Amino acid sequence: MSDVQEAPAVMTRKIPAPAVTIESKPFWDAAAEGRFLIKRCNGCKQAHWYPRAICPFCFSEDTVWEESPGEGVIYTYSVMHRSPTGPYAIGYVTLNEGPAVMTNFVDVTPDGLSIGQKVKVRFQETEGGPPVPVFAPV
Amino acid sequence: MSIRGKAYIMGAYEHPLRDAPDKSTPQLHAECAKGALADAGLTKDDIDGYFCAGDAPGFGAMSMIDYMGLRNVRHMDSTETGGSSYLLHVGHAAQAIAEGKCKVALITLAGRPRQNKGGWGGGGAKPGQLSDGPPEAGYESIYGGSTHNTYGMCAMRHMHEYGTTSEQLAWIKVAASHHAQWNEHAFLKDVVTVEQVVNSRMISDPLHLLDCCVVTDGGGALIVVAPEIAKSLNRPKVKIMGAGESPKGPMGGRDLDLTHSGAVWSGPIAFGEAGVTPADIKYASIYDSFTITVLMQLEDLGFCKKGEGGKFVSDGNLISGVGKLPFNTDGGGLCNNHPTNRGGITKVIEAVRQLRGEAHPKVQVPNCDIALAHGTGGSLGVRHGAATLIMEREA
Repeated sequence: MSDVQEAPAVMTRKIPAPAVTIESKPFWDAAAEGRFLIKRCNGCKQAHWYPRAICPFCFSEDTVWEESPGEGVIYTYSVMHRSPTGPYAIGYVTLNEGPAVMTNFVDVTPDGLSIGQKVKVRFQETEGGPPVPVFAPV
Repeated sequence: MSIRGKAYIMGAYEHPLRDAPDKSTPQLHAECAKGALADAGLTKDDIDGYFCAGDAPGFGAMSMIDYMGLRNVRHMDSTETGGSSYLLHVGHAAQAIAEGKCKVALITLAGRPRQNKGGWGGGGAKPGQLSDGPPEAGYESIYGGSTHNTYGMCAMRHMHEYGTTSEQLAWIKVAASHHAQWNEHAFLKDVVTVEQVVNSRMISDPLHLLDCCVVTDGGGALIVVAPEIAKSLNRPKVKIMGAGESPKGPMGGRDLDLTHSGAVWSGPIAFGEAGVTPADIKYASIYDSFTITVLMQLEDLGFCKKGEGGKFVSDGNLISGVGKLPFNTDGGGLCNNHPTNRGGITKVIEAVRQLRGEAHPKVQVPNCDIALAHGTGGSLGVRHGAATLIMEREA
């Protein structure tokens, strides 16, 4: 028995391969190259998430892929403790471009997160699929 | 009473493609919607009713409403009868319009069986194969979202914006447990304290074990009848006074607000139809998948101001015979029952007991003449369907 407490480990989570559709394929092809894409509408100029072929704001079919630095702030989060592989954090990031993105927060301890905290995207490998975007504190 | 002459088909569109390798199924639904709207001379924001069947990927009508960004939908129907669904939908849309539940109903059908050589459906692609499933799946389901942590996200944001505390949320469980002690069938019958709730194991921040509903088997059923049948039956009459419904989802992710639910739309519709206000409600069945679910819905239904739910539920205000708004007197989903993880029907059943005067004597609300039942299905933290029902006892 040691009376020295171990520092809490940073959270990691094994992520399954995402379902890729014909509509989302360009996103995942870019992810494989480490590029984070969002969609913007040429009709109303708004960026949206998750990416769609038709703008969810103005219904224009003129939506285009745009590379994003993947920077933003934590809108909210929750650390899931009921997990056989250790705690993990799910949450939403409000991107600097506007839309909110669901994600996991990684490379941070369970008590190291706060609403409003600055985070940036990175990609995590999956089994048998493209890497997926996750976010870590800057 | 009839739908005859009460509704018109003013837009129609048939997709020109017969082989669509380059478009997703949701995309085809949206293109059909766009075509029919253009034919009618209407826009997306005119749509307040949406109908789809099993070909629409995802969660009932919710995934396609969210994909298309149908922000004004207040009536939805995903009745599935195979290829005849869309004919039924026209009939159902006419009924809804005749009743004033919506004015512009959209019905869509689309799919790509030529791209799914593996057979029916197409959501479950093998690694390396393209899926044709729900449009949000690839972007969301990979992150380990469950009800616990997506409702946890709502509670976390509510605490951040309004200063709501774990102790305040705990009062909701405490009230439910006070009611459950009198229910011989309740899954959890022990009265708990605020301290016990906040000291129970953390499940997903900030929700503890005792902030969560029970998992149970079981079920329920209801019979809704015409007035002349009601008169002929030897049971107390529970009259339906108003109903409202609404979807809510991120709809493109702009101005995400997880501190409110679809009850902000379904509630006023139901109250308006019933001609009553929250002050008239003697008993409320409020969906209680988690304590935060109750708190947000009470605010959204207008029982208190937004952000003041924590104060409202404290000090036993939801306990029958103690507080101002007796809720879930069967013990609710938090203590009694949450059959197959769907608590909507038990909410109506306990409201019926209260209006009939057949609740347990220890929790029966005196002179219970008007009751409300409200439910949230799906996740408050992602996309959900809200439904509000107002009922009155008829002598």
